[in-house]
Amino acid sequence: MQEFEPRIVAFLCNWCTYTGADLAGTSRLQYPPNIRIVRLMCTGAVDTIYVLKALIEGADGVLIGGCHPGDCHYQTGNYKARRRITILKKILNRFGYDEDRIWLRWISASEGKLFADTTAQMVEELKDKGPNPIKQLWMV
Amino acid sequence: MDGLDGVQRMKSTIIKVENKDTLRSLRKFLGRLMESKFVEALLVPKLLPGGDGFVQSLIKDSRMLEDANPIAPTMAVQSARILSELTSSPFDGRIGVVLKPCELRAAVEMVKFLQVNLDNVVTIGVDCPGTYEVGDYAEMVKKDRELSPQAFLEGASEGEIRPRQGYNFRECCQICEYPVPLNGDITIGLLGLDHSKEILLMAGGRFEKELAQKFSLELKEGNSANREKVIEKVTHKRREQRVKVIDELKERVNIIEKFMQTLSTCIRCHNCMNVCPICYCKECVFKSLVFEHRSEQFLNWADRRGAIRMPGDTLIFHLTRMSHMATSCVGCGMCDSACPSDLPISSLFGLIGSELQEMFEYVPGRDAAEEPPVSVFKEDELQAEAGSE
Ligand code: SF4
Ligand code: SF4
Ligand code: FES
Repeated sequence: MQEFEPRIVAFLCNWCTYTGADLAGTSRLQYPPNIRIVRLMCTGAVDTIYVLKALIEGADGVLIGGCHPGDCHYQTGNYKARRRITILKKILNRFGYDEDRIWLRWISASEGKLFADTTAQMVEELKDKGPNPIKQLWMV
Repeated sequence: MDGLDGVQRMKSTIIKVENKDTLRSLRKFLGRLMESKFVEALLVPKLLPGGDGFVQSLIKDSRMLEDANPIAPTMAVQSARILSELTSSPFDGRIGVVLKPCELRAAVEMVKFLQVNLDNVVTIGVDCPGTYEVGDYAEMVKKDRELSPQAFLEGASEGEIRPRQGYNFRECCQICEYPVPLNGDITIGLLGLDHSKEILLMAGGRFEKELAQKFSLELKEGNSANREKVIEKVTHKRREQRVKVIDELKERVNIIEKFMQTLSTCIRCHNCMNVCPICYCKECVFKSLVFEHRSEQFLNWADRRGAIRMPGDTLIFHLTRMSHMATSCVGCGMCDSACPSDLPISSLFGLIGSELQEMFEYVPGRDAAEEPPVSVFKEDELQAEAGSE
């Protein structure tokens, strides 16, 4: 049987993590092909609805990547994202859905290696978890 | 109990009830507010011509107060929604608005989201023994044409509030921990008082002095001990019931499939959202392009899963709404009342809401100065919860 390859949707902020991912690419640091990147101006623009949509429509995990606290290009976007993502995780957890399919990580423009490592680790952990159960339900 | 702090800070006085007619005395008080021009107009529930229900009405002519009922046992529309419309632009004078405790809490939340402006509004909160579904009330009247509005205050003096025989309070009222208004400019107290003889009038904050002068009220510090005891009694009972309801629900939705099963009869009418006072966005994401898909897209999804429910997005609808506003949910239960499938939406929001509100030490509607959890943050928080350390 073919090994399960998780699909990850990554919402990355333009100023930090997206640039970090770019750096990983140009420095030939391999990061897994399982990642589909959506570039946003700031993690503050990541509404819970996009995370939910990604999960319900078939992603096995969602990564939200932004600037380290204090470094957000728009000052506070990442702090707001942290609240929103926490709220979403609490809700999903209450309904027995594994909140660890959602990762929020701070990765700066110069941390290409951290991006590669983080995504590799996420792929590994999602492989252990197996496919996202929601994507098998027809009745969502 | 923290939530009641606001009540204790107020000053109060007793209004004597004449001829055991509580309602008439209340109307008289409201009439004085109008005639003295303390307020230019009043928003207050008024009996419908058919006699089988009440609707909020904006009264300009005090003679129209005749059928007003500030203790109406129904809540046809959440008044915070009405206030959003009513205060959307500047106006002269003040409007007095009679609100149930959950309506007042919702209004305070809406102020924080800039959907309601209370600058020229005098909020008049009234104790609430519990409300009935609009249809139930109409039926009660059909069966008993003589039904007195005052009958709905039975048990309020001792805190032995029971629904009328053959009926139940709305589910949200059965589990409501806030039977008294938290922070009205004026509060009308009924719990713990012999309402056939007297009602309690409380005033706090900005209009206190003016009210005292204009109506020669002798406002005194403190709350009656009996009232506090009765409030505690009612609150305690409701809280027990709330824990029971929420715990049962928790079991019923503890895995995502079971949660979906609970919502399986949802017909996606969006009523729950349309009547919710806290769902405040003028441009709702569920009516936006995010939810418009090309035909191919549907076919792709169906292809991937073998079949998809149509219309889709039930799960995403409820989860998104929760993540957007459960932190401010006031538990008014309008969502339940509007749901054609009788789904326990307000209890679900209660389950999630209390958990989130506790995490942020937030009580919706407690204090207009408290910022809602979705609008603020602390620099040093939630590292572990968000998994972002
Ligand atoms: S979700 Fe329901 S109970 Fe909560 S505020 Fe909205 S209508 Fe009221
Ligand atoms: S009111 Fe009831 S049926 Fe309509 S969308 Fe809300 S939960 Fe579904
Ligand atoms: S700009 Fe990167 S998180 Fe705000």
